Amino acid sequence: MEAGHDGQAASTIGPADLAWSTPAAADHRTVPAVSVAVIGSGGAGAMRAGEILLEVAAVAGFYGLMTRAMGPQIRGGEAAALLRIATAPVSSLDDHFDLLIALDWANFNRFAAEIPLAPTTVVIADPAEGDVPEAVLASGARIGRLALKDLARAVPGGRTNMVGLGAAAAMVGLPSEIVAAVVSGQLGRKGDAVLAASVAALKAGADAAAALPAISRLAAPLHDGVARWNISGNQATGLGALKGGVSFVAAYPITPATEVLEWMAPALAKTGGMLVQAEDELAAINMVIGASFAGAPALTATSGPGLALMIESLGLAVASETPIVVVDVMRGGPSTGIPTKSEQTDLNIAVNGLHGDAPHLVLAPNSIADCLFTTQWAVGLAETLQAPAIVLSDQALGQSRAIVAPPREPPAASGRLTVPARDHVPASYRRYAETESGVSPMAIPGTPGSTYVADGLEHTERGTPSAQAADHATQLDKRARKLEGFDYGPSWADVEGEGEIALLTWGSVTGPAREAAAQARARGIGTRLISLRLLLPAQPARLAEALRGVRKLLVVEQSHGRQFHKFVRSCYDLPAEVAVISHPGPLPIRPAEILDQLAAWE
Amino acid sequence: MDAIASLSAQDFKSDVKPIWCPGCGDFAVLTALAKALAELGRPRESIALISGIGCSSRIPAYTSVYGFHGVHGRALAVATGVKLARPDLTVIAAGGDGDGLSIGGNHFLHACRRNVDMTYILMDNQVYGMTKGQASPTTAPDWCESKLTPSGTGVSPVAPLHLALASGVNFFARGFSGNPNELARLVVAAVNHPGFSVVHVLSPCVTFRSEQRAWKQSVHGADAAPAAHPAEALARFADDDGFTTGILFAGDREPFMPARTTTMAASDFERGFAVRTPPGSLAAASPA
Repeated sequence: MEAGHDGQAASTIGPADLAWSTPAAADHRTVPAVSVAVIGSGGAGAMRAGEILLEVAAVAGFYGLMTRAMGPQIRGGEAAALLRIATAPVSSLDDHFDLLIALDWANFNRFAAEIPLAPTTVVIADPAEGDVPEAVLASGARIGRLALKDLARAVPGGRTNMVGLGAAAAMVGLPSEIVAAVVSGQLGRKGDAVLAASVAALKAGADAAAALPAISRLAAPLHDGVARWNISGNQATGLGALKGGVSFVAAYPITPATEVLEWMAPALAKTGGMLVQAEDELAAINMVIGASFAGAPALTATSGPGLALMIESLGLAVASETPIVVVDVMRGGPSTGIPTKSEQTDLNIAVNGLHGDAPHLVLAPNSIADCLFTTQWAVGLAETLQAPAIVLSDQALGQSRAIVAPPREPPAASGRLTVPARDHVPASYRRYAETESGVSPMAIPGTPGSTYVADGLEHTERGTPSAQAADHATQLDKRARKLEGFDYGPSWADVEGEGEIALLTWGSVTGPAREAAAQARARGIGTRLISLRLLLPAQPARLAEALRGVRKLLVVEQSHGRQFHKFVRSCYDLPAEVAVISHPGPLPIRPAEILDQLAAWE
Repeated sequence: MDAIASLSAQDFKSDVKPIWCPGCGDFAVLTALAKALAELGRPRESIALISGIGCSSRIPAYTSVYGFHGVHGRALAVATGVKLARPDLTVIAAGGDGDGLSIGGNHFLHACRRNVDMTYILMDNQVYGMTKGQASPTTAPDWCESKLTPSGTGVSPVAPLHLALASGVNFFARGFSGNPNELARLVVAAVNHPGFSVVHVLSPCVTFRSEQRAWKQSVHGADAAPAAHPAEALARFADDDGFTTGILFAGDREPFMPARTTTMAASDFERGFAVRTPPGSLAAASPA
C-alpha cells in the first residue's frame, strides 16, 4: 500500500546476518531521549537514513520525531534529517543534538544554525570529507573520526549512508535485529544483492562505532501496550480530509503542501473520489467551489502564495455559503520567501485577508497527529456551517514525521443541511432563508423543485441579486450568526496544566511550548498551556475561562511581525503582564528559550 | 421531477427581470438558451448554468435551472468542478469576452485541452459593458471610444476560434443573437456533442458599440460541413472574417472524466500507518 511506510517483506537475509556487539548497558548512563542529526548533500541519503532510523525506533517500541532541513535544490543541495527518539511521546526537537553524523560537509554552513550542538555532542566526521567546520569545533563537541566512505567502498555496492546509519543505531542502542528487519523490509524487494550490501555496510558502521566516543544510550522502551503510528503531518492532513468525507480535491502543486496531494490522489481514486491537478490556484479553488455546490465535500491544499491567489474566491465561498476547506501548509514569506522552511506567518492573511465582512473558519493543527484531527474537524465544520474553512498547517508539521499513538478523532459533525426532493415547482425555495441558527437548507443540483442560483453578489433570501441595504444587513447577520452562534465544544483549544503562569500559542510552536511547560512543571513552576486550535471565530468566553487565575502570560509564536500576538490582542482580553517570544523561521522555537522566560518569572 | 414533455422554453426562464439595456443581444441569447433547453428535454434540476462576472454572466438568474454566479473569470473552473463531481448533470457555462478570454483566458485554454463534457456559451460584444465601455481582448486595435485607450489599444484581438482550436477544443460553433433559432440549434448540438464545446455568440452591445447593429449584414453561414480535424479547421478558417456562423469544428476526442472506483473506505488507510511489529521482537506495538 502506498499509504504510510513499507511493510517487511520476506527475505533470505535475516537478523542473524546483522549481529553487532553493543557495549554493555552498564558502561553508559541511559537517558529517556536521544537526539540525532544526519546531514549530507542532496542525494547522499541523509533523509533515507533518518527515515529508517525513525522506523527502527518505532518498531523497537520508542516514540520519535523527525523533521527535515533542506535547501531549495531539487538534487545536490544540502539536507538534514533531525531526529529525537524517546521512551515517551515527543512534542518537539531538543535544545541540542547528542549525535551528529556528517555524511559530508557540503553546504553545512547553510543550515548550521538549525543544528545546535553542545560539548556533550558526539560528531561523526569522515576525514575524507575534509576539515570539520569551524562552527562545529566552536561548540566544543567531541569529534569521532570515522572513514564512512572507505568503509562503504570496502563493501561491494555499499553506501555511505548505511554505514552512518549502522553507527548511529549502535551508538543510540537500537537492537541490531530490528535494524535488520526494517532494512530488509524496505530494501528486500530490491533483491538480495542490494540487501546484502546494505546489511554489510550497516554492520561495518556499527562495528566501527564501538571505537568512537560514546553518547548516553536510550533507556528501554516503555512497553505501554499502546499502538504506534509512523506518519507525517501532510499524510495526517490527507487522512483527516478523507475521514471527514472529502471526495473531491483540486489543487496546484506547491512546496511544502504537495505531499498532502500526493497522498490523497491514489487514496481518493480508491474511495470513489478524485483529485484534479488544476491549471493554477484560481482554478483549483473554483473547481472546489463548483464540486461542493454540486454536493461533494471538497478541499484544496496550498501554501502562502497559493492562498493569496485564492483569497477572492474564499470570499465567494463565504457569500455563496459554499462549504470548502483550504489547507495552507505555511512556509517562509512574503512572496516566494523560503519555500522549504517553516514559519507561522500566514495567520494575518488567513484571518484578515478577505475583502468585505467575510466571516469564515480558521483552524490550526498543533501537532503532527493533530493534523488528522483538525483537518477532519474542519471538513465537518465547513459542511455543517456552509462556510469556507482555512486550515493553517506548516512545513514543520507537514514535512515532519512522528511516531505517535493513533490520533484521536473529532466529534461527529452533523454535516450539510440539504433540501429533500419535492414534487412541485415552487417559487418558494429560499436558499438563503433567515433561520435562527443562520444555516439554511441547501438544495443540491439534481434535487427537483428547488432550483436556485448561488451567488457571490449580495442577494435576497431567494438568491436573487440585490443591492438593497436591508438584504445586505440580513445576509451579513446570517453569515456571521451561523459561525458565532455555533457551539464548538472543548476542541477550540488544548488547555493543559494549572498555574498562575500560562503559555498561549498555536500551531507547530505548541510542540516546544508543551515541552517547556512539562520541564517547568518538573521544576515546580506551575504552568498552564493554552494552544488555540480554532482561531476564527474567536472564543472570548472560553479563553477568559481558560485564563482564570493567570497572572502572567507568555505568547509564543514563529513570526517576525508578532502576528499571533496582535491577533490575540485584537480578539481577547489578556492578563496585565504579557511577554512575547516571537522570531521568524527558519529557526525553530526551542524549549529552552521558553523555559528561560518561565524560570525568570517564577 | 419535472414532467419533461410539458416544459416549454418559457418554463426555463425565471421571473427575474434582466439588468440588460434595451436592445442588448443577450436577451436573444437567453431566448435561444431557453428554447435549446426545452428542445433538449432534460429536467430543470439536472442542468447547472455557471457564470462569472459581466453583463452576459448575469444570465443564470434569468433561468429556472440550478445556477452559480461566481467571481470574474472563473466560470469554467467552477463548471469543471461541477461536472467532474456530478457527471450526471448537464453543465453549461456562460459569459462574455472579457470574462472568458482576458481575466479567465487561462481557464479557457485549459478547458479546451482538458475536454470535460460541458458547453461554454461565449457572448462576444468586443467590449466591457458592465464597467461602461472599455476595450476587451476581442476589440479591434483601432477602436478609440474608450477613455482608457483613446488612441485605440494598438493590440491585436484574440480570435476565439483560433485560440480554441489551438488549445484542443472538441466542438466549436458560432452563432448570432440576431438569429436565435439557429443559435438554439447550435446550443443543442453543442450540449449533445461529447467533450468541451464552445458556442461563440456574436451578441451586440448597442450601448457602447452601437455600430454592432450592422452585424446582421455581416454574418454569413458556413458553406461546408464542420471540419473534423483541428488542422483542417485552422486552414479553412485562417482568414475567417469572424462572422461565419454554424458548426465550424466537431472533433472526436474522448472527454476527460476520471474513473471512480470504491474499493476502500477512508478508515482502511489507517492500517498503512500502523507500526508493524516483527514476530518475536521486543517491540511493544500491539493494539491497545
